[in-house]
Amino acid sequence: MRGRRWRIVVLALAAIYFLVPLVAAAEFSFRKPGGGYWFGNYLAIATNDALLTGLLTSLQIALFTAIVVIVLVVPTAVWVRLRFPSLAGVLESATILPIVIPPVVMAAGIAFVQANLDAPLFRTLFSSSTAALTPFYVVLALPFAYRAVDNGLAAIPLRTLVEAARNLGAGMIGAIVRVVLPTIRSAVLGAAFLTLALVLGEIVIARILLYTDTFPVAVVEVGRSAAGVSVALSLASLVLTWVLLLAVSFVGGRRVARRSSS
Amino acid sequence: MSSLLDTPVAAPKDALPSRPAGRWRAALGLIPFVGYLLVFLGGPLYFVVSGALSDPDGRPTFDNIITSLTQPQYLAAFRQSLLLSGVTAVIGAVFGTFLAQAVLTSRPASPLRRIVSTASGVLAYFGGVPLAFAFIAALGQTGLATAWLRGVGIDLYASGFRIDSLTGLGLTYVYFQIPLMVILITPALEGLLPQWREAAENLGASSWAYWRHVALPVLAPAFAGATLVLFGNAFAAYATALALTSGSIPLVPTAIASALSGNVIAGQANVGLALGLDMVVVIAVVMVAYLWLQRRAARWNRR
Repeated sequence: MRGRRWRIVVLALAAIYFLVPLVAAAEFSFRKPGGGYWFGNYLAIATNDALLTGLLTSLQIALFTAIVVIVLVVPTAVWVRLRFPSLAGVLESATILPIVIPPVVMAAGIAFVQANLDAPLFRTLFSSSTAALTPFYVVLALPFAYRAVDNGLAAIPLRTLVEAARNLGAGMIGAIVRVVLPTIRSAVLGAAFLTLALVLGEIVIARILLYTDTFPVAVVEVGRSAAGVSVALSLASLVLTWVLLLAVSFVGGRRVARRSSS
Repeated sequence: MSSLLDTPVAAPKDALPSRPAGRWRAALGLIPFVGYLLVFLGGPLYFVVSGALSDPDGRPTFDNIITSLTQPQYLAAFRQSLLLSGVTAVIGAVFGTFLAQAVLTSRPASPLRRIVSTASGVLAYFGGVPLAFAFIAALGQTGLATAWLRGVGIDLYASGFRIDSLTGLGLTYVYFQIPLMVILITPALEGLLPQWREAAENLGASSWAYWRHVALPVLAPAFAGATLVLFGNAFAAYATALALTSGSIPLVPTAIASALSGNVIAGQANVGLALGLDMVVVIAVVMVAYLWLQRRAARWNRR
């Protein structure tokens, strides 16, 4: 078969480049100080208060971020596909923006805003990591979430479904929540887990604005004294997110396959 | 799912007209999304611009901008950032395209496809911290890969390599650039119709001639556009550098962060904002070029 060889070369190179750091990180995370291997680095999450509270804060931020992202993205993506097909390209380009906007610049702007808004309400909001960071993590999460949801919408007969729901008397919101959302749930779950990945990896904004109680900041802090713990926890968060996404992908894929075979 | 569909019909209150009732009416549906971006992305950017153009007392001035573009340490930071972003964007784009094509030519719904597409999402998104630690574990002084390479006679650290050097940082950046390229270029690769290849082959073209005269010219705008996004992605990235080097390599984000959070010398914060504005200008140029290329690329989608 033509072109077999280059595929094997490319895939082998990719496997080496992408797997070696992960395998090395795994090996490193099991190293015991003074020789031998143990599981202790992973158990630090249970004994280290800063890490545990960081993880809880970040999971809370991830949950709120995912909710806001989905509420913003799903209706907009549906609306664009139904009413503004001509706008799809523009919106896709707009969702590229947060990829290329430097988080450090966003942090600089937010710091300036926070320094100049000192009404009591704002001060309360800014004192909580969750309230202060969630709105901006939403912006960072929009690009891939929009792509994921839009790909999900491309795979279903959206117009037919919405029109059928409307004919049966559903409002636009009802149609989206009760018909469209369940049919694209694997895409929505994918977007939610990508948001989780983002929140567990974002450090720049949190660090510059001195919200030091988030998970990534705590992981980097602990790495100054115990590198093994940092490697173990960041590897665990990466692998866990990926397994979640992979599971969603397989479940979603099976559902489609079953439907088309029956 | 079926139980959701079986529930009694909701009252059709406040249903929007199903006929197109004027585009302005339909445009209302976009307000939440666009408004959100304006407030939470546009807001910080506005304050960066206004802070960059004023002195600490709020009077308008261009001094911050001039400082940010003339001080040798900032120029060095820009040179390093541009070099790092440019090189990793090109490497990531070329290899990412090959990887995407290799995956696309595999069986649909094969595990390989799922693994690459989900892993691309996670790696392109996770960026920063975990990658830095993985690379320290692999290529640090006591790293596994370093030890293996020493075993086969290649001593990285004897030849001057350091993981917290620009080279080490670039190696780490490629790790999230390739997955992002796979995400961005896959739709364009899927847009290459098999009929084009068949037509070329019927006319006697070799595989190379097909790529040289048909596929690559069609792909070129999408490829260049995606490369620009990769450039912007690397230019904007800071988390990896922060976790990997703790500020030992002068990059523009490092300079901004130290101007913002360092000791509050008068006017330093505004110079930090001016550096931020410089970055935004670079990004804006990149994005304009991207949009133009995107329009060229879209030509082949209209069918």
